[in-house]
Amino acid sequence: MNTKKLTFLSVCVALAMILSYVESLVPPFVSVPGVKVGLANSVSLFILYAYGAREAACVSIIRVCLSALLFGSAVSLIYSLSGAVLSLVGMIILKRVPIFNILAVSVSGAVLHNAAQIIVACLIMENAAIAYYLPALIISGTVAGVAIGTLAALLVKKLSKIIM
Amino acid sequence: MSNRKRIIFSIALIFALLAVGLSSYFIIERLKEEGAAVTVTVNGDEVAEYSLEIDGEYELNGGTNILVIENGYAYMKSANCPKQYCVNYGKISRTNEKIVCAHNNIIVSVVRAGEEIFPN
Repeated sequence: MNTKKLTFLSVCVALAMILSYVESLVPPFVSVPGVKVGLANSVSLFILYAYGAREAACVSIIRVCLSALLFGSAVSLIYSLSGAVLSLVGMIILKRVPIFNILAVSVSGAVLHNAAQIIVACLIMENAAIAYYLPALIISGTVAGVAIGTLAALLVKKLSKIIM
Repeated sequence: MSNRKRIIFSIALIFALLAVGLSSYFIIERLKEEGAAVTVTVNGDEVAEYSLEIDGEYELNGGTNILVIENGYAYMKSANCPKQYCVNYGKISRTNEKIVCAHNNIIVSVVRAGEEIFPN
C-alpha cells in the first residue's frame, strides 16, 4: 500500500465518520427505528468500486469502530458492526455478479444492513416482535439504497481519474 | 455483459425488493383485527396485560416509560430515551400493532379479543 493510497483511504474514513455523525444529528423523520439514509455507505461504495473489496471492508469496519468509540456505546457498536459486515458481504458478492450495477449493489447493501440490525435487535431483546418493522425497513432501505447508489456512481465517475 | 443489461437487471432487483416490502406490509395490514388488550414485555418477559376498554396511565419498567390507554387506543406518553421513537410512534389499537422501545427493551403489543387476559 503506497502513501498516497493510505492517505486517501484515511481521509475517506474521516469523511465517512463525519457523514454518519451528521446523520445522527438529524432528528428521525419517521417513528420506525433504523430508518436512515446511510450517507456513510456512499464512501464504502465508492471505495469498493475505486479500489476493491479489501479496501472497502477496511474503511467501513474502521469507520464503524471509531464512530462507536467516539459517539456510541457497546450496544450501538454491535448494531452498526453487524449491519456493516452483512452489507459489505452482500455488496462484495453482488459486485462480482456481472448482471448488476452499482445501484443494485447499493440497494442490497442498504437492505442487508437493515436486516442485520433487525436480527441483532431480536437477539438482544430476546423477542422476535421487532421483526414487525421489517417491511418498512426493506422499503426504506431500497429507497435509501437508490439515492446512495446514485451518489456513489457520480463519485466513481468524477473521482476515479484523480486517485489512481 | 453490456451496460444496458446491467441497468435492466438492477432495476428489476430494486422493484422486486419494493414488491416484497410493500406486499408484506399490506399482508400484515390485512391480517389485523380489532384488538382487545395490550401486553407489555420487558427484557423478554411478559410482565403485564391491560384491557383497551379501561382508560388508564401505567408506569412501565419502574417509570422509564409511561403507557396511556385512552378511548380504546394505547400510546406511549413518555420515555427516557434520546430518540423518542416509541413516543412518536403514535396510537395502536389493532392486533399485532406494536410499540417498541429498544432503548429500555419494552414491547407493547396489541392482542385480540378472546385471548386469555390475566391468566393468573
